[in-house]
Amino acid sequence: MSQSKGRFGIHGGQYIPETLMNAVIELESAYDHYRNDPEFNRELTDLLNNYAGRPSLLYRADKMTADLGGAKIYLKREDLNHTGSHKINNVLGQALLAKKMGKTRLIAETGAGQHGVATATAAALLGMECVVFMGEEDTRRQALNVYRMRLLGADVIPVKTGTATLKDAVSEAMREWTTRISDTHYCLGSVMGPHPFPTIVRDFQAVISRESRAQILEAEGRLPDAVIACVGGGSNAIGSFYHYIPDEKVRLIGCEAAGRGIDTFETAATVNTGRLGIFHGMKSYFCQDEYGQIAPVYSISAGLDYPGVGPEHAYLHDIGRAEYVPVTDDEAVNAFEYLSRTEGIIPAIESAHAVAYAMKLAPTMDKDKIIIITISGRGDKDCAAIARYRGEDIYE
Amino acid sequence: MSDIRTAFMNGKAFIPFITCGDPDLETTGKVVRAAAENGADLIELGIPFSDPTAEGPVIQGANIRALAGGVTTDKIFDFVMELRRDVKIPLVFMTYANVVFSYGSERFMARCCEAGVGGIILPDLPFEEKDEFSAVARQYGVDLISLIAPTSENRVAMIAKEAEGFIYIVSSLGVTGMRSEITTDLHGIIKVIRENTNVPCAVGFGISKPEQAAEMAGMSDGAIVGSAIIKLLEKYGRDAAPYVGEFVKSMKDAVRKS
Repeated sequence: MSQSKGRFGIHGGQYIPETLMNAVIELESAYDHYRNDPEFNRELTDLLNNYAGRPSLLYRADKMTADLGGAKIYLKREDLNHTGSHKINNVLGQALLAKKMGKTRLIAETGAGQHGVATATAAALLGMECVVFMGEEDTRRQALNVYRMRLLGADVIPVKTGTATLKDAVSEAMREWTTRISDTHYCLGSVMGPHPFPTIVRDFQAVISRESRAQILEAEGRLPDAVIACVGGGSNAIGSFYHYIPDEKVRLIGCEAAGRGIDTFETAATVNTGRLGIFHGMKSYFCQDEYGQIAPVYSISAGLDYPGVGPEHAYLHDIGRAEYVPVTDDEAVNAFEYLSRTEGIIPAIESAHAVAYAMKLAPTMDKDKIIIITISGRGDKDCAAIARYRGEDIYE
Repeated sequence: MSDIRTAFMNGKAFIPFITCGDPDLETTGKVVRAAAENGADLIELGIPFSDPTAEGPVIQGANIRALAGGVTTDKIFDFVMELRRDVKIPLVFMTYANVVFSYGSERFMARCCEAGVGGIILPDLPFEEKDEFSAVARQYGVDLISLIAPTSENRVAMIAKEAEGFIYIVSSLGVTGMRSEITTDLHGIIKVIRENTNVPCAVGFGISKPEQAAEMAGMSDGAIVGSAIIKLLEKYGRDAAPYVGEFVKSMKDAVRKS
């Protein structure tokens, strides 16, 4: 008889050291209590609205629509949130939950630095200690965010092991959590890891589609034909998809980082190139070799540079409810520049992967169709790296 | 049932951990034989994993060196088959769930059975997930070794009741690695284990000195040592076998009568 919890089809579960089991059980029971607690929900809504700036805009991108000549395009502007990305939605929820649980210290992993910045921000606001693990390679790619985290009072620990990127930051945060559980909450930034994290993070990110659904009904009187978001671990994507899952006519499209292409080894497109495995607390799809060694993945985007994908995405893929498409570095950089010039919106390089796919899809659709693209974050942090990609060396 | 029980019939057990292929399998062969000849009662053979999330820096280093040297699960099974011609003490594997899952759990357990590996330790497979492998492991006579941690508290009895082979008691919070002091209430944990099973239990994580090993084995049925041995491999590389042999002898002498 299986006692396993937190399954999405065959995916999910709790594949973690025994040392952490009581911690995740405690977290699950606290979450089950507070998710239905009116006082908790009032406090969280107040933080989201009056601190993070929600609801975020659903912006009608007329110039882009006219230029592409097909479906009408809306942008869900998570880049306008305080701290500049969707990460704050989840972090405020988890930090508030941790505080209610009596924890005084938050630890987090970060790739692009957006989740680290959001966690450092919430820790500053709620008066908690904060330690962020970040791959050393990413501390170079995203130096500005390292400075922001330190400015906010967090310790940033560069992780040198493995590929020194997001996966190694997750491993190190898990190791740190096993050394110090009683006062510490691991504020996981994506819909991954052991149960209950994929569910908790999804629920806190579901605000994106709860708002966009109401906003599009208000603006157009109907649901969109497609919702497009980028997928690394998959938190902004699951948040963007969640309230449309029962509406089967709405296409849900996740854009994976293909790096230099899915026919190369320099890719992070997990659903497209990975296979079923068990890692970082979950069963899901992972980029790995024939012996199950996790592959050293690559993407220009530090936030999508992860060899796995959240278990609910793996499930939505299995049942055919969502599609996962690869987008290369080149396509993403082109989209980064395109959205900047066309709409005056500089998207995060992660979000640019979703824009890039929309640029291919929209012209193939009729003008009475509607696409919503989630702009998960703003691109200031990426400007220096993109300039370098284009052969221009600028100082941040 | 596996042969693991016999490891606990020679006084308190001393259990060294060695990563296969660090820095190559030829060295591992020499080190395993040196450990066996010097009194090791059971040997934990590590199958390296790219991302060993329960390990501290020392064993992470061994995993990296082994994988860089080109070792694979297949090469390790072939190596153990060869080792079994003269090494007769019980052997168990220690690796991560994905290594077994990716190889195919039935194929993995079948090869364990063929190579005479009596158990497997998977630090990322807690009680709630053991059904992932337990049926097929049982079918091939491979014990799934349970771990109990300082934070297990109300879970100790539940885990002990279904334990097989031996119970691996994690001495301290955190990852593997040497510690100057172990402060967990191991007596309390072991008392609950004894009330719920007659499967032997051994303590690991943080043990590097004979006195520590004697103290841990004194409370339980044995002591497990990893990082201190890997340190010798890190230092002496291909020449590590005699140093490991000497270390194992000092540890076994310390635990034997404790």
